[in-house]
Amino acid sequence: MSVFTALLSRDLKLALRQSADSLTVIAFFAIATVLFPFGVGPEAEVLSRIAAGVVWVAALLAALLSLDRVFTVDFEDGTLDQLLLNGQSMTLVVLAKVIAHWLTTGVPLIIMSPVLAVTLQLPAEGYGTLVLALLLGTPTVSLVGALGAALVLGARRGGVLLSLLVLPLYIPVLIFGTAAVEAALTGMPSAPMLSILGGFALIAVTLCPFGTAAALRQAAE
Amino acid sequence: MVRPVSISDTFETATFSGENLTCRRGGRMVFTQLHFSVAAGGAIVLRGPNGSGKTTLLRLMAGLARPVTGQLKWSGAALEDSDAHGKHLRFIGHLDAIKPAFTVRENLTFWRDFWNTGDASRVVDAMEAFGLAALADFPARLLSAGQRHRLALARLIASPAPLWLLDEPANALDDRSLNALTRTIADHRAKGGMVILASHGADLVSGGTTLALDKFTPTEVMQWDET
Repeated sequence: MSVFTALLSRDLKLALRQSADSLTVIAFFAIATVLFPFGVGPEAEVLSRIAAGVVWVAALLAALLSLDRVFTVDFEDGTLDQLLLNGQSMTLVVLAKVIAHWLTTGVPLIIMSPVLAVTLQLPAEGYGTLVLALLLGTPTVSLVGALGAALVLGARRGGVLLSLLVLPLYIPVLIFGTAAVEAALTGMPSAPMLSILGGFALIAVTLCPFGTAAALRQAAE
Repeated sequence: MVRPVSISDTFETATFSGENLTCRRGGRMVFTQLHFSVAAGGAIVLRGPNGSGKTTLLRLMAGLARPVTGQLKWSGAALEDSDAHGKHLRFIGHLDAIKPAFTVRENLTFWRDFWNTGDASRVVDAMEAFGLAALADFPARLLSAGQRHRLALARLIASPAPLWLLDEPANALDDRSLNALTRTIADHRAKGGMVILASHGADLVSGGTTLALDKFTPTEVMQWDET
């Protein structure tokens, strides 16, 4: 486990030292969300109707912004070669990187989301579900995104390619993430949607790390 | 500043060999039918002109690249799982894998914790061996090219492994650091370690085998035609 713990704590320490990277992502999330009241007008009915969807879409785009860098820096400075020579398991390395990504981007986005939901006039019944849905949905975003980032590693204009590759895969998470909030607002049970989001996360955590490890090995070759 | 550090550990007797290795890069055959073998305490120096495949061969030995034909063996057993091969070796390539935001000590400590071989005090030994002790709490982004390279080399001592694969380790080193490196390599071999290095100039090892790579370059440029 030394591989996992050492890498996770290194990535968190690096994120703390270079906090500008995480702050940019959060600032993007805030600005993208705040643009909507300006675009569609301040009417509470319209805004509260689209609030959950806007927060989710903005969160996905913000996460994508940071995913571009998950492996690139390590790839360019030679760290990836050393990580591949860990002697234990590349899957552990990938898990550590993904969890670090989730803690440094997913969690701040979740914390920010209720504040941004206020600017979008989300009714009070929706907050708890929105946070819960993001909590269950963002791990999938990190896991699938890391797979995409590993696949485009070394490609020119990898960032653009990454969005084309990964955004379509986020559609199910987006659908059930907003549907959960919708259900809470209309007084329906949101548990089924949340369960499905949890299911996505479980599928992603069992499949994505292996694919990501293989893609990283390929990128180093 | 630079002082020899003697570290009392020895490695299990092992051999590392490759048979009938053929490697292709971007459709071009780099070398074919290459054999090598190194035993505990041994060293191989890879020589050859630019583009003869020294780096490719070292990456192949590390398991970072795969040969088209042939296989690598560790103590006679074929290496299939590249994940497990990683614990046998340290690879120092052209890229130094240094995080500029960390200090010298933090960079080394991370890699020691990551591989988790040798005890924590070896980080200090490693910095002393390569004259980095005075820079321990210096941010790595302020290091010169030579100092960065020394920091990369210090990983060899901070977290020991029996096989060292070094790609042009003399690059950017001053005389004093070259001596430190030569001594470190001799020390490693005396403890039963193995060293394989690519080099153009200075002799860093005594009594090692030389492997001239241009002998294995295909005589005519063979194109790998898929059709």
